[in-house]
Amino acid sequence: MFFALQATTEGAHEWSPVLPGLVILLPLLGFVINGALALTHARRSADAVRAGGELDLAAGDRPLTHTLPTWIGPGVIGLAFLITVVNLVGMAGADLHEPIIRTYWTWIVTGSLTVDAAIQLDQLSMVMMLVVTGVGFLIHVFSVGYMKDDPGYPRYFAYLNLFIFFMLVLVMGAGYLLMFVGWEGVGLCSYLLIGYWFSDREKSDAGKKAFIVNRIGDLGFLVAMFFLFTTFQTLDFVEIFSAAPERIPYGHSVATIITLFFLLGAAGKSAQIPLYIWLPDAMAGPTPVSALIHAATMVTAGVYLVARSSVLFALSPIASATVAGIGVITALFAATIALKQYDIKRVLAYSTISQLGYMFLGVGVGAYTAGVFHLMTHAFFKALLFLGAGAVIHSVHHALHHTDKDWDAQDMRNMGGLRKHMPITWATMWIATLAISGIWPFAGFFSKDEIIWAAGAWAGAANAPYPTLYTVYWVLALVTALLTAFYMTRLMVMTFHGANRTGEKEAKHLRETPAVMWVPLAVLAALSVFGGWINVPAAISESFLGGFGFLPMGENFHHWLEPVMAGAHEIQAQHLGEISHQAPLFGGGELVWALASTGLAAIVVLIAARVVGGQKHVPAVDAAEPRGLGRVLYRKYYVDEAYDAVIVRPVHALSRFSWRFVDDVIIDGTVNMAGNLARAFGWVGSLFQTGQINTYAFIFTIGVLVILGWVAF
Amino acid sequence: MLDMVSYSDWILHALLWLPLAGLAHVLWAPAEHAKTVAFRWSLLVFVLSIGLWWAYDPAVGHGGFQLESTHPWIAAWGASYSLGLDGISLFMVMLTTFITPLAILGSFNYIKKKQKAFYALMLLLETGVVGVFLATDLLLFYVFFELTLVPMYFIIGVWGGERRIYAAIKFFLFTAVGSLLMLVAILYLHQRAETLLEVATFSYADLLTLQLTLKEQLWLFGAFALAFSIKVPIFPFHTWLPDAHVEAPTPGSVVLAAILLKMGTYGFLRFLLPLFPAAAQHPTVVAIMLTLGVIGIIYAALVAAVQPDAKKLVAYTSVAHMGFVVIGIFALTTNGLQGGLFVMISHGISTGALFLLVGMLYERRHTRLIKDFGGLGRVAPMLATAFVITALASIGLPGTSGFIGEFLVLLGTFETYPLAAICATTGVIFAAYYMLPMVQRIFFNELDKEENVVVEDLSRREIVILAPLIALMIVIGVYPAPFLERMEPSVQALLERVERSPNSVLRLGVDELGLGVSAAPVIAPDESTGLPNVGEMGDVPPRNLMAVR
Repeated sequence: MFFALQATTEGAHEWSPVLPGLVILLPLLGFVINGALALTHARRSADAVRAGGELDLAAGDRPLTHTLPTWIGPGVIGLAFLITVVNLVGMAGADLHEPIIRTYWTWIVTGSLTVDAAIQLDQLSMVMMLVVTGVGFLIHVFSVGYMKDDPGYPRYFAYLNLFIFFMLVLVMGAGYLLMFVGWEGVGLCSYLLIGYWFSDREKSDAGKKAFIVNRIGDLGFLVAMFFLFTTFQTLDFVEIFSAAPERIPYGHSVATIITLFFLLGAAGKSAQIPLYIWLPDAMAGPTPVSALIHAATMVTAGVYLVARSSVLFALSPIASATVAGIGVITALFAATIALKQYDIKRVLAYSTISQLGYMFLGVGVGAYTAGVFHLMTHAFFKALLFLGAGAVIHSVHHALHHTDKDWDAQDMRNMGGLRKHMPITWATMWIATLAISGIWPFAGFFSKDEIIWAAGAWAGAANAPYPTLYTVYWVLALVTALLTAFYMTRLMVMTFHGANRTGEKEAKHLRETPAVMWVPLAVLAALSVFGGWINVPAAISESFLGGFGFLPMGENFHHWLEPVMAGAHEIQAQHLGEISHQAPLFGGGELVWALASTGLAAIVVLIAARVVGGQKHVPAVDAAEPRGLGRVLYRKYYVDEAYDAVIVRPVHALSRFSWRFVDDVIIDGTVNMAGNLARAFGWVGSLFQTGQINTYAFIFTIGVLVILGWVAF
Repeated sequence: MLDMVSYSDWILHALLWLPLAGLAHVLWAPAEHAKTVAFRWSLLVFVLSIGLWWAYDPAVGHGGFQLESTHPWIAAWGASYSLGLDGISLFMVMLTTFITPLAILGSFNYIKKKQKAFYALMLLLETGVVGVFLATDLLLFYVFFELTLVPMYFIIGVWGGERRIYAAIKFFLFTAVGSLLMLVAILYLHQRAETLLEVATFSYADLLTLQLTLKEQLWLFGAFALAFSIKVPIFPFHTWLPDAHVEAPTPGSVVLAAILLKMGTYGFLRFLLPLFPAAAQHPTVVAIMLTLGVIGIIYAALVAAVQPDAKKLVAYTSVAHMGFVVIGIFALTTNGLQGGLFVMISHGISTGALFLLVGMLYERRHTRLIKDFGGLGRVAPMLATAFVITALASIGLPGTSGFIGEFLVLLGTFETYPLAAICATTGVIFAAYYMLPMVQRIFFNELDKEENVVVEDLSRREIVILAPLIALMIVIGVYPAPFLERMEPSVQALLERVERSPNSVLRLGVDELGLGVSAAPVIAPDESTGLPNVGEMGDVPPRNLMAVR
């Protein structure tokens, strides 16, 4: 990996990226250093545990356990971000139409397969790198405050750095196999970080569940690669995407099979039906981890996969429709569950699943740019929501800790009225709530509206397959948008408004977070406001919704990604024709529906505020379990229970049966029977038996002689 | 005079016989020095073997044997003492010389009684295994193959756990039954050679030229396959393995899993495919082998998942891993074969390390029951870290050695048998399903048992043992190309030989594919070995890696 600096550039380009390998290498370096610090720290702490106590964190060695990780952990990511920004500027000025490939060494080479350790720089990987290092850096900084009293501080940063490393491998790898390295690598880090507090059984169970469910998805990824390889004899992006339109006829089953297997992989990583079940449990990890891995970056890898493979998906209308269908159903399904959750992180978890569903809808209806756009804006406001929730939990936890009250610091029923204690958190989280609800002019408005519109426009495309289906998608997406506005407002009202329910004594200890935590919130809030302006649809930018043309608005993001998506767009233009400029139902153009949706969302926010604000809330201990439909939602449709009964238990039973019956009874039974039979024969032989090795050798020789005789005969 | 005796002339003999010299030294030295003497000899053997990496040149010889030497042994039978090294045995030999000193070092605290005998047997075992991998004469091979049984039998039977006698006898009977049939098959080949070639020979190269009918091939294949399948072991011949592992002392388990099992799959590659190519491609045979391989992968993983004993769990994972090797071999594609060989290497490293780690746990707590542990990560962070990395390599996480092999096997199998490959791919899920719960129940969860609180972390000796293993898992995973490049020509040659045969079962007259001794210098014609360049050698392109790419 130290060849990084002597990389060879393939293809002639005017612009040469600045140290792109270092972007990947820096987080790895951070991992190595923090990992070493973590191990030394853990050894000392182990000595203390063996001696019957706990290591006193305050005493000595803070430079090694805190100061150094504090600078190195966020530092390497900050540097990586800076290099990325420099390259962004370079790329923006270069008018790049082909990806830049940098090859470092030959990774795998067999008789028929060659895979290089190579990275690919293009507009799409650049967007992902910016999100990963940028949002990643903010979350690292936030973590400094959030985790400062944690006994495993250096280990935490080691894992977090390793995660960024693998995430960058995922988005920068120049082929599917390298992407898969990052894909499984981030899964590993997710596993390690969900189970970060590994002494807690529930948390390490959650980590394990995430890993195993993700591996089900990985099966899909692997099989898709096998099909790709047998079709193209390579796993390289550039080669595959340039060959695909000629090699695979439009709508051919090969494209459908490949992309559906990829969809399985994407559904695992991006928590879509039917593999979403690990994500709510993943909230067991530290909250900044939820923000980084389980909201902003890793879970969007599935969307990235589809966007990256846009040419392949565009070739298969069936697979694309399936992607969109899975997405929109997941979006609606998760949103309904979020309506009835009380754990603040669980609401956000289901919200994330729901928003990922939107992204799937986007890339499924061929609006790859819109999907990636929503991925980016979602990274801003959802990271903000999670970090805000983290700040809230941090504060409530400390307040409860003061009086040793064993209430759940994450249950919104134990919160309320936090606004006056935590004004910055309150304000920034409201910005994020408006953004996710799709209210103008916040970031989510532009990205979500574009996805919903694309679903509707697809339904009316000239040669669109399944127009009715897409009409249904469009309606469901609109309904989900309203549900989103409702559950998010509910979260805000229950947490920040009304009377405080934490307890009188406890409420005195509720505090706003320190600057190291709220500054990242503020930065993300700014991005949640302005982040959407880089891509305003043409239909809107001319109108007052586009700021009358005064604001620097335009379809910049769309143009930016165009070189990457050109292949897919060409296929679409060729086979689907002009897309509609009218909504599939009721008529009306994009501007009308944008207006309507933001207006409706705003109304829902107001209604929700009134309804939830008007309800009487009691602390969790006094609350009764909801009834009727509410209970079904509260219990998450009993999906976990169903999976347990239908999959987990039968597999376990089969395992025990295989061991206790097939192995022990059938196979060993046969062997022992043969043994007993032999023993009966052996009784005769036992006249010669002495139990010595030389006797065996003797019998052995006899046997050989007999056989030799037979052969000779 | 001196420059005539170059490294490549003596190294194979040295690797084969130096352990026996060490054995003599162990027996002669005082008992308390037995372990260090044995360790030093095995280390010497390893250090000497490192040169093989460069001595074997994949660019020449068309993937055939190199560093060959032949001396008459039993002239009347035509048996010879002949050794040779190709891109397949290279890795097996180096794996053996690499693992043996680590296994010996890992036994320092474990073996208390009869140390002299134990270490002598370990060195005898090394000679036996190296012999198996180097022999290019079938009788010689068979002698070494059987020779490995004896030390292993005693290692389990004398230094094993409570049910050691049962396990040792089961081990011995299972493997002996299989190999006796193989002996019959070898003798049959010998006899056919006398008839067809009019020469008494056990030489691998000679026997390759035999023209056997399909019927003959199928019978002989069956006899060889049974011996090797038991050794591997392939479902349903695997039940001796968990018992042997549970009872064997740690170093025994390490050598058994890391090296001895490979003799089975090595046998497939070295003998089954080249000697009986028509049988190896027979649809029924392939269907049976693939099915058993896939069953092994899934079935063993399921059974592993419910094992209460950590060592037995690891033993079952071996069955699953070897299932990958089997399907990779019988898929008969370059990727499958190279992947299979790669899994053999990586399994040797990672499972060897897992047995060492389980042994370390046992030395600390005198139990291997998973439920007796819990929360060890807090008191033994280094041990936990080493275990987790090894477990991840074992379940094939990308970036570790385990991934490369498994991926290539699956990809290669998919090229010819997609359905089998997809079924086998579910193995990646089941691997997580058996491995992670064990890791969790040993190292995570609450540190709730008093006995576990005082568990010590890794000692310096243990770090020395584990560090090279873990380093290799990662290095091989990140930069496997040098390994793949070295094995490729031999695998290609093997594949070509097999592929050319089905429609030409009766015309395998010439060693046209350079598998045997007559591998002519295609790449460097002036570096003549004096052997004739036979038949169609000309139209086989030089197996230069750059050209392939």
